[in-house]
Amino acid sequence: MAKQQVISPLPGTFYRKSAPDQPSYKEEGDQVAVGETIGLVEVMKSFHEIKSDFAGTVTKFLIDNEDAVMAGQALVEIDG
Amino acid sequence: MAIASLLIANRGEIAVRIIRAARDLGIRTVQVYSQADAESLAVQLADSAVEIGPPAAAKSYLNIEAVLAAARESGADAVHPGYGFLAENPGFADAVEAAGLIYVGPKGATIRLLGDKIAAREAASKAGVPTVPGSPDRIDDPAAALDLAARIGFPVLIKATAGGGGRGIRVAKDRTEFSRLAPLASAEAKAAFGDGGIYIEKLIQKARHIEIQVLGDGDRVVHFFERECSLQRRRQKVWEEAPAATLPGDMRRELCAAAVALAQSVNYRGAGTLEFLYDDDAKEFYFLEMNTRIQVEHPVTEFVTGIDLVREMIRIAQGEPLALRQEDIQLNGHAIECRINAEDPANDFMPAPGSVTALRVPGGPGVRFDSMLYPGCEIPPFYDSLLGKLIVWDNTRAGALRRLQGALSELEISGVSTTAPLHRALAADEDVRSANFHTRFLEQWLERNDISPA
Repeated sequence: MAKQQVISPLPGTFYRKSAPDQPSYKEEGDQVAVGETIGLVEVMKSFHEIKSDFAGTVTKFLIDNEDAVMAGQALVEIDG
Repeated sequence: MAIASLLIANRGEIAVRIIRAARDLGIRTVQVYSQADAESLAVQLADSAVEIGPPAAAKSYLNIEAVLAAARESGADAVHPGYGFLAENPGFADAVEAAGLIYVGPKGATIRLLGDKIAAREAASKAGVPTVPGSPDRIDDPAAALDLAARIGFPVLIKATAGGGGRGIRVAKDRTEFSRLAPLASAEAKAAFGDGGIYIEKLIQKARHIEIQVLGDGDRVVHFFERECSLQRRRQKVWEEAPAATLPGDMRRELCAAAVALAQSVNYRGAGTLEFLYDDDAKEFYFLEMNTRIQVEHPVTEFVTGIDLVREMIRIAQGEPLALRQEDIQLNGHAIECRINAEDPANDFMPAPGSVTALRVPGGPGVRFDSMLYPGCEIPPFYDSLLGKLIVWDNTRAGALRRLQGALSELEISGVSTTAPLHRALAADEDVRSANFHTRFLEQWLERNDISPA
């Protein structure tokens, strides 16, 4: 199957969970559906949900939790 | 102890502001910065700069260990927290002092006390300062609740003790409605939060946000009159003035006396602001909270009193007694501040980081522009959207409004969207011009008015 990448439309800080005390939206190896949230990008203190454009298996997060991300940068790899 | 070298544990326009105040006192400045801020104006203007980590604030500006390491490495003997980030973190104030450094602000214990809503309310009551009337704690007996609601006066809010973020709140406008809603609210709270506890609070329907600036040296406290910050969006202040245009003189005296009494009761040291809701119709005010730091909107107070608040707070941190007597502080004229944020008011205030390609800064008498901007600067996406503040002063409010309109027409920021067009529209609005506003005015105004792009 083809490897696909979810791209961040915004620059900012990437979070894999909705709050520090919550579990990650997705772990590597999890199944993901189209439209499912895979993380948040915080830009200037406002939070935007990042949803998967693809269905399949999460194979790799390319950005770590709380790391900086540029607009257009790939966040996660999905084997669909 | 005289400060020789001051570390600025902040960024953006307030870091620039603190550098300027320190420079006026002959103090060397050390600016900490994240990897996203290496080219920032504050880094350029400080005597030296130390990188403290990656862009994310949690890993740089909020990293206490990294800030303290920078202080050790640079030989700074004092730390100024600015506002936001670590500014109201009592653990940070304690850690700075434990490291043998001066913290420019109150003691950690004072920050801790006033940061706790219940404790701050109690401190206010003890000092004789009114808080929003309500039940002091949860109230389970329906008859007692109705009794108390009637004593407070309708309308009242019925709130779930276990609720939060606006959830589990009902408004009762009379006894009948209260009797119907209180059991409902309790049952709902039980279902939603697993706890049916409710408490009641007076609904302040149309109030202004009025706050009093104080300075204390740990012994004596003086006030610098009020600011009005009623124009807010999502609880964020957008436009601030000093003094409050419609506040009667007797109420001004009462508010200032209440603020000094509360600050005095905790032996306040440093710059602080006591926030109140003020009900025009009832001529009553209620203490909300005390901010234990310098505030974004401090320049309007500096304009109408002629006193450099940031310089005074550094002097106090050096152990100098308050240089001012209350009678030295006089109100003169009127000042207005507009917050210039990197947000697009034509597109639901979408954050707008990016590169500033060109900049034209307004000037002339009574005009001040505190900002982090220079032509070509990058606005990183990692921090809040405040780029700077345009502050104007004139003898009268009408004059200040004219100056504001002139200054806003001079201001040009290219490359990123800003809230300047919102301020141009507000400065021309009849209600704003007659100070006919309250804390929910701006959100209602935004529903009626479209902001066309600059």
